[in-house]
Amino acid sequence: MLGLGILSGLLIVPLCGAAFLLTLNGDEATVARNSRWAALATTVVTFLLSLVAWSRYDTTSAAYQLVESHPWLTETIRFKLGVDGFSMPLVLLTTLLMPICIGASWVGIQTRLKEYFVAFLVLETMMIGVFVSLDLVVLYLFFEGTLIPMFLIVGIWGSKGRIYATFKFFFFTLFGSVLMLLGVIAMYWEAGTTDIPQLLQHRFPAHMQTWLWLAFFAAFAVKLPKWPLHTWLLDAHVEAPTAGSVILAGVLLKMGGYGFIRISLSMLPLACREFAPLVFALAICAIIFASVAAMMQTDIKKLVAYSSVAHMGFVTLGLFTMTEQGIQGAWFLMISHGLVSSALFLSVGVLYDRMHTREIAAYGGLVKRMPLYAVAMMVFTMANVGLPGTSGFIGEFLAMVGAFKANPHVAFFAVFGIILSACYALWVYARVVFGKLEKPSLRNIKDLDTREMLMLGPLVALIIYYGVHPGPILDTFAPSTDALMVSMKAALSNTQTAAAALPVPR
Amino acid sequence: MYHAIVFFPLIGALIAGLFGRLIGTKACEYITTSLLAFTALIAWGVFLDGGHAERVQVAHWFSAGDFTVDWAFKVDTLTRVMLVVVTTVSTLVHLYSIGYMEEDPHRPRFFAYLSLFTFAMLMLVTADNLVQMFFGWEGVGLASYLLIGFWYEKPSANAAAMKAFIVNRVGDFGFSLGIFLVFVLFGSVAFDGIFPKVDEVSKLTFHFLGYDWNAMTLACLLLFMGAMGKSAQFLLHTWLPDAMEGPTPVSALIHAATMVTAGVFMVARLSPLFEVAPNALIVVTVIGGITSFFAATIGLVQNDIKRVIAYSTCSQLGYMFVGLGVGAYATGVFHLFTHAFFKALLFLGAGSVIHAMHHEQDMRNMGGLRPYIPFTCAMMAIGSLALIGFPFTAGYYSKDAIIEAAYASTRPGHTLAFLCTVIAAFFTSFYSWRLFFLTFEGPARWGAHAAHAHQDAHHAVPAVAHSVAAHAADGPPGHTEGVAHDDRGHDLEPAHKSDVVADDHHGHGHHGDHTPHESPLVMTLPLAVLAFGALFAGLIFKDRFIGEGMEAFWGHALAHGPENHIMHEMHHVPALVAYSPLVMLTLGFVLAWWMYIKRPELPSALAAQQPVLYRFLLNKWYFDEIYDRIIVRPTKDFGIFCWRTLDIKIIDGYGPNAIASRVLDVARGAVRFQTGYLYHYAFVMLIGVAGLISWYMMSGLPKGTH
Repeated sequence: MLGLGILSGLLIVPLCGAAFLLTLNGDEATVARNSRWAALATTVVTFLLSLVAWSRYDTTSAAYQLVESHPWLTETIRFKLGVDGFSMPLVLLTTLLMPICIGASWVGIQTRLKEYFVAFLVLETMMIGVFVSLDLVVLYLFFEGTLIPMFLIVGIWGSKGRIYATFKFFFFTLFGSVLMLLGVIAMYWEAGTTDIPQLLQHRFPAHMQTWLWLAFFAAFAVKLPKWPLHTWLLDAHVEAPTAGSVILAGVLLKMGGYGFIRISLSMLPLACREFAPLVFALAICAIIFASVAAMMQTDIKKLVAYSSVAHMGFVTLGLFTMTEQGIQGAWFLMISHGLVSSALFLSVGVLYDRMHTREIAAYGGLVKRMPLYAVAMMVFTMANVGLPGTSGFIGEFLAMVGAFKANPHVAFFAVFGIILSACYALWVYARVVFGKLEKPSLRNIKDLDTREMLMLGPLVALIIYYGVHPGPILDTFAPSTDALMVSMKAALSNTQTAAAALPVPR
Repeated sequence: MYHAIVFFPLIGALIAGLFGRLIGTKACEYITTSLLAFTALIAWGVFLDGGHAERVQVAHWFSAGDFTVDWAFKVDTLTRVMLVVVTTVSTLVHLYSIGYMEEDPHRPRFFAYLSLFTFAMLMLVTADNLVQMFFGWEGVGLASYLLIGFWYEKPSANAAAMKAFIVNRVGDFGFSLGIFLVFVLFGSVAFDGIFPKVDEVSKLTFHFLGYDWNAMTLACLLLFMGAMGKSAQFLLHTWLPDAMEGPTPVSALIHAATMVTAGVFMVARLSPLFEVAPNALIVVTVIGGITSFFAATIGLVQNDIKRVIAYSTCSQLGYMFVGLGVGAYATGVFHLFTHAFFKALLFLGAGSVIHAMHHEQDMRNMGGLRPYIPFTCAMMAIGSLALIGFPFTAGYYSKDAIIEAAYASTRPGHTLAFLCTVIAAFFTSFYSWRLFFLTFEGPARWGAHAAHAHQDAHHAVPAVAHSVAAHAADGPPGHTEGVAHDDRGHDLEPAHKSDVVADDHHGHGHHGDHTPHESPLVMTLPLAVLAFGALFAGLIFKDRFIGEGMEAFWGHALAHGPENHIMHEMHHVPALVAYSPLVMLTLGFVLAWWMYIKRPELPSALAAQQPVLYRFLLNKWYFDEIYDRIIVRPTKDFGIFCWRTLDIKIIDGYGPNAIASRVLDVARGAVRFQTGYLYHYAFVMLIGVAGLISWYMMSGLPKGTH
């Protein structure tokens, strides 16, 4: 259609929806109702379209698929799109979460609903754009583009401390972005192209890899976020509206991990090996410090945000082990965390919609009035602590297997995370859901309604399904991981043969 | 067939859990119980048939690189033994619960949890690889968490549930690392991929935490850490007594007969690994010996009927590990098998007593119950006899075998283990009879006899939640007994009637005078079945498990190295050793009779005379307090530090906030009439471009210039 492929379609559909929303006018109630349904329809159509893309995708191949390339700035900077085993699941995650986000905003958002949904639809295009672009400049533009709608969503529809939060959010991400732009330009000058498949073939000299790695690391480490660049996330999560938190935790953080794999590991393997100890140290700090900090939180959302930081620690840990188990585990954890943390934020949102507070102390004994909610929350909590049989387990476990292979001591410290996650997650569950329902304000609290069940139900099902049968996702990464391993090994062995990457038992 | 055994309980759990409200409580009870009964029948059939080891592939779970994990069953004699134990006890507990939980409004949920637990336990024992075992391992942890916290309105139950899960996670810390190490060493996590390669790997060393370990020793120690958590061994035992907060059938099923034996099962399953790691086996022996002794000492003075049995379980698990540790794996598993019968019997019997007493668990409020509940009394007597190892009961064969094996062993640590187990045998006999006499004999201390205590009911703290250090440290002023314990009197004074224990969830409404009543048939029938097992399981199965038919029975399920002849040597120990358990049990009985029947004032006098020792035992060697001081509180403080100091003061304070104020200063100075964040954006962009240009100029673009 018009020479555009299905990936372009994924980018265009949300924009069309946004454009349609902008044309709506009339009295406020009508506009609100119409924009809700229009936004929902747009996101559902996008999701279905992404399923079509998925059905056309060959999971046994490591090649870029569904590729389309349109002339753009120059001959070497083209508008090129395509997906591989790493990006396809993220596209699906994004399109899956969007209708759920629209659902989460159905009643919670009262003001400027139309503009709110426009921001979300634009954001969807940007996020999908990050994952499908095969040109570094395009990727950079989308990567930065996500900032603006997110900035607006937190800054306009957030709660009390939103101004400070947006400032911090912008400050941190901008700091990273500037350096990333430098990296992109430097790569172009060195390789003469920003085409990602071509850059993959290009061997950057070792000293240049170091600087490039640092520049990109700044951007991705902020986004992920890596300790100690994580503090923006806590405020942004706390202040954002529910759907904003869901997208932030579910997709935006994943862009950091995506950057690591698409650029750092693929193009700069020498620097990755060089900096792996640093990354491990930061990851361990993230896992341990964030987990203990999570334990002591009084605000549920902040607790979940801290737990996200800890889980992202596992992701980077897995990626930089440069082993199959580590990379696949980290990638699975990205998807799983996208489902689990989104689900947790939605669950917090369910409570916030009813009671308008996020204080843990304001709740207690909810299971009495909200048994369905208690069940869903139990599943999410258990997935968050990585119980086998939930999707949370597979990723964390494989990432740690990889870590143990790469460096047993790193794994030793990382495994503390499984104790600490149990501490904070069960403690908050006990305080919020169990106990006696004593607070007068909670006497008449309602259990999940149909809309909320439609939001949470699919997540419960997917979390358990992928815990028992992770094949559909895990096997999608496998060919891409293999290809990545081969190219990394070739690059590493070419330049240096002396260093033994693995501490082989003697 | 094996599919049916494993998945029927899951089906039951799903039906009761998802459709409980739809189909009604009674239907849930009958469906789950009959599915379990069917499962148990198949399991017994499989067990008695015997047969070779086999592997049943169910599905592929996940793989990454060469790390491949399947859903599969490995069925050999060890698994068949466990299948029988798990399904039998679970069926009886399901049946019993129909009566015990009769007044509870949440029965569908309860039965769903029970069946879910059974499913997870079956997954554990049929696991064909370590990761699936870990799945079952954590699965039973989840079910245990849900069941301990079943009465979710009780704060003490919630705390106990969390504690159980978290302490088990500490064990799982080691288990996970053990799995990783095994994978790195063997390149596989499936048992069939590990065991054949043991010999080549056993000589390797592995550098970890500053030491060069023998790889197998390290792997076994790490895995054993998991076993210590699950089986409540010394240092990781603290959750088990608290787990008694759960309904009593749960205690019988999970915290006596099945889940806590998972650690024993794991070591037995991995016996080929442990067999080449003698140093790890020494640790197993010593930990087992210490646990058997130390838990028994605590059991001597506890007043809560379930806690006495809980510590007894802990102690008996120690015996099993001693058996495993000295290389006599069969004795450990045999004791696991017999213990399941008599310990489940004791717990369900205690449940029957508690039921009769309307949820009173404090033995100081019992006494003289024999005429009222004669059947329960008889069952408890049988359970106690089996537990102390009275000749020809089940415990006699398995426990004596362990003591003899501990003596006959030549490995380091065996003497300690032998002494510990023999002394523990004496303690076991004492606390078992103490429990029996306090509950069934002597004067009645309940109902009208203790009514005067009611006025203090609102002061009463939960009898089972006395881990609070403050109470234990020193008695409140005015206490004359010399021993303080949770504002209660000393040993034999009638305790306050505690409303908290009599769980208000049930809303009995009859806390006043009542006459204890015998339990209904649905509860006594399981007791009778278990009593049969407690009496005869040893006699019937001893030849197969540890006697003549041993080799044919076990096949290759348990490994024995070429130098390991313990199973033969244990039959040739001096007569004194062979009779020592008998002597100990007689002494224990006589002493208990002397102290609780003949001279009932003695215990209080003794407690007053030895306040330090008594308090030390009553407060469980102060483990909870020590852990709270050295682990829990520092961790919490560290959490506060990470959050308030590290993140807010340091990172934010010197990072964005500081820079922001500088940027704002500059901005104000530069442009007074422009504010707003878009402006800052542009400003920082400018800085970026400037930085880019300077970088470009300074680096001088060494190559690639156009």
